[in-house]
Amino acid sequence: MAPSAATLQVEPSARDRRLARYAAAAIAASLVEAAIPSPLPGVKPGLANIVILIVLARHGWRDAAWVSVLRVVAGSLLAGQFLAPGFFLAGIGALTSLAVLGALQAVPWHWLGPIGRSVAAAFAHIGAQLLLARLWLVPHDGLFNLAPVFFGAALLFGILNGIVAARLMQEKT
Amino acid sequence: MKAVRPGDWLVIAAGLLATAATAAAQWGRGAPAMAQVRLDGRIVAELPLTGTHRIALDGALGARGQTVIEVEPGRARIAADPGPRQYCVQQGWLTRAGSVAVCAPSHISLQLVGPDGAHDTVAF
Repeated sequence: MAPSAATLQVEPSARDRRLARYAAAAIAASLVEAAIPSPLPGVKPGLANIVILIVLARHGWRDAAWVSVLRVVAGSLLAGQFLAPGFFLAGIGALTSLAVLGALQAVPWHWLGPIGRSVAAAFAHIGAQLLLARLWLVPHDGLFNLAPVFFGAALLFGILNGIVAARLMQEKT
Repeated sequence: MKAVRPGDWLVIAAGLLATAATAAAQWGRGAPAMAQVRLDGRIVAELPLTGTHRIALDGALGARGQTVIEVEPGRARIAADPGPRQYCVQQGWLTRAGSVAVCAPSHISLQLVGPDGAHDTVAF
């Protein structure tokens, strides 16, 4: 259609396209992960966080926050989980780890690398999810019996995702 | 730049510590201290879970045989009971504070109690 006076043309900027590309990669990672069976709801590799970490290192916290929020909203739409309990758990986890990653931006990267940031974000993620689940979904302290399992998984997958993110960054820059 | 930087080790150590601390707090306190034996709801024996004990007592089915309770360090069980379905015997060794084996026909129960009283009930 030829642009007319009544048509509003919004030209996506280079940043918009970049964010969309990263968000698409993050959404693909979380959809792939949804297909992996998990022994316990809440224990997940969190592959999308590899993308978030790379965006954080290359383009800063604001871009990482955009990709993370887009990932949660669009990913839940694609998985049919929008506004389901899992959506709110994913949301609170993403927002809390973004807050922690934001606070850690004050620490220089040569001192704290992707692995440390990944582990910190993973703990923030599962910690917030546990609290929300305790307040809302499973109102019983028995839930915290599983906390060591969740924390152990956060540590393991946090380290692994950090290593993968560090390797990917080394290759492409 | 090195892949693992000083701060990374710090965060990993903190994560390990947090995991270990929650594991100890959540799972560590289940160690029972005492085995309580009840007959008709009254405590008839309290056995510390430190040594080896074996007691036999007459329950409501006394005419058909005695109920035998065995205690070993850290665990206790009902080794024999005259009840028809043997549920309490088949439960085997109890190891966690709060767990109970009930021989309903004999009116006898065996419960492990933690140092801090633990739970009223355990639901599965």
